[in-house]
Amino acid sequence: MPEINSQVRQTWAPWNQPDKKPFVRIENLSKTFDDIVVINNISLTIYEGEFFSLLGPSGCGKTTLLRMLAGFETPDAGRIVIDGEDMSNVPPYRRPINMMFQSYALFPHLSVEQNIAFGLKQDRMAKADIQARVEQMLALVKLQGFGKRKPEQLSGGQKQRVALARSLAKNPKLLLLDEPLGALDKKLREETRFELMTIQENLGVTFIIVTHDQEEAMTVSSRVAVMEQGQLAQVATPADIYEYPNSRHVAEFIGAINLFAAQLETVETDRATFRVAGIDLPICTGRSVNAAVGETLWIGIRPEKMRISRTAPEKTGENMLTGEVWDIAYLGNLSVFVVRLDNGKMVRVQWTNRTRSPEADISWNDRVYVSWAADAAMAMRH
Amino acid sequence: MNRIDFLSTWRNRLNLSGRTFVIAIPYLWLLLLFLLPFLIVFKLSFAETRLAIPPYTELVEYAQDGHLRIILFLRNYLFLTEDPLYWKAYLSSVKIATIATSMALLVAYPVAYGMAKAPKRYQSTLVMLVILPFWTSFLIRVYAWIGILKTEGFLNHFLLWLGVINEPLHILHTHVAVYIGMVYSYLPFMLLPLYANLEKMDVSLLEAAADLGCTPMQAFWKITVPLSMPGVIAGCLLMFIPAVGEFVIPSLLGGSETLMIGKTLWTEFFNNRDWPLASAAAVVLLLILVAPIMWFQRTQAKGAV
Repeated sequence: MPEINSQVRQTWAPWNQPDKKPFVRIENLSKTFDDIVVINNISLTIYEGEFFSLLGPSGCGKTTLLRMLAGFETPDAGRIVIDGEDMSNVPPYRRPINMMFQSYALFPHLSVEQNIAFGLKQDRMAKADIQARVEQMLALVKLQGFGKRKPEQLSGGQKQRVALARSLAKNPKLLLLDEPLGALDKKLREETRFELMTIQENLGVTFIIVTHDQEEAMTVSSRVAVMEQGQLAQVATPADIYEYPNSRHVAEFIGAINLFAAQLETVETDRATFRVAGIDLPICTGRSVNAAVGETLWIGIRPEKMRISRTAPEKTGENMLTGEVWDIAYLGNLSVFVVRLDNGKMVRVQWTNRTRSPEADISWNDRVYVSWAADAAMAMRH
Repeated sequence: MNRIDFLSTWRNRLNLSGRTFVIAIPYLWLLLLFLLPFLIVFKLSFAETRLAIPPYTELVEYAQDGHLRIILFLRNYLFLTEDPLYWKAYLSSVKIATIATSMALLVAYPVAYGMAKAPKRYQSTLVMLVILPFWTSFLIRVYAWIGILKTEGFLNHFLLWLGVINEPLHILHTHVAVYIGMVYSYLPFMLLPLYANLEKMDVSLLEAAADLGCTPMQAFWKITVPLSMPGVIAGCLLMFIPAVGEFVIPSLLGGSETLMIGKTLWTEFFNNRDWPLASAAAVVLLLILVAPIMWFQRTQAKGAV
């Protein structure tokens, strides 16, 4: 059952266990194309059975990193070790890796079956075994009966499945997926995500996926590496990336966030207070920070962690600001209020529409209180 | 009804649009300059030769009794089957063209592959270099080969100077010279379709093949070659068809043993002045060539599905 697996997944964290041996070890990897540093001294470890995401905007180097793992690009410096074997001098066709290409790269002159069987034939597998394996793969991706078709006779979603089946047919220890869902429409993409997770969990193959879609990375991954200009900005579980981003860039890239430049006022063991220009009340965070008093840091609060009300909230010890409703976006399942604070700063507050006609009590230009729990805010240095 | 209304009504009735007119122009061109001359040749092939100007009989004439008389002489076609010269000429033409086309393919494929793999910024220059010889007259280029291949030619001088051979090679006026001339002259026809095909080849397919365990050589045979077949077929046909009817190269570079239908046709037309027989030979040549073209079109249509 997927539910049980996801329960397991939460406690399964080999990256926190020092005795676990990483399956993929990337050591001080660098790559330069025409004087542009694409990969800048990256070190990373990935464990067996992980669904690991490389997330970042286009041009951040994530695809180059994936192609170096596959062996299509050679690093200028550093090395890649997979399952204890240094890959530096191993050509792509001898690596224990398969890749699913962004363009799917299905062979147009071969049928679906022949495409899936391609790698197996290359391994000189017996004919009957190949046939059985192809059937098995077609069943896995729910394409039984499509074996005789040519790639051009398939829809985008079907091609994607054939590409997945072909890359999994050789039972690789590591599967690389380059924007595997990028070419699908939104609805299909969301469905396929879950199928991809189920397949990965059932087969136990280590997946490394490249994506620019943060929602996709959050949904499927055991861990996410956020990349930025050839470097790893943060490597952590989706929840940690979202709740405890280590920089403004990561915080902004994953989801929406309200950011304040704030001066550190007091530091305690379990909390810290900040002063934001133009706001009377101090802002506090639920964790201590490692910085000197008087330093300017960034405070971030996610819109869904904020509450909006016309009367002052009763709870004390919370953060509270006042402002005026500037704009309201009704999205059906939720509403987003843009509030202009008294110091002129705009913040986004998200409201889950649990009842019908939810906006009735808050309207444009209303004076409102924006509040959030002490531990909802996070402090970042950059 | 005014004129414009009248015209537009007719246009609607005939279902004519601007597109029809645009398509009509090349069709008209083909009709006037290809189909019509062919029909004339076709008609000539059923005429009888005579010593007059023009040197053939009319098919349709009024008999003395006022009846319209049509006389078709099938003699020309019969003669083509009777005299072994023609069959030998056809067979030998097809053989020479096939060998020359195969040789050109072997030369052109690696060149086209290299061009397609060359850095993008050099590719247009390379294509230019392939086309460049066309800027000089074809006849002059063939004559130049005589200078190169003849017994006291550049090639022999060079090989003698290198010490590779002790006495000059007899290349000119042999089949070998014809092959060299044909491969040289028709190489761009073979090369350009191949290049066009290989150039748009998706590199990720080769990467996928490597990923699935193919060495670069295996990937070439399993992916590049099958996918370049349309280019191979187009190039071969573009070369084979004119090569079968080639006249200049066998006459200038070939010897007495080089029998080709183009030369035979020339002899019939200009030496024997037997226009009807020459026309019949031309019609048969066309029929021989139509078969591969039809086959090509069918494979193209299949590939386009």
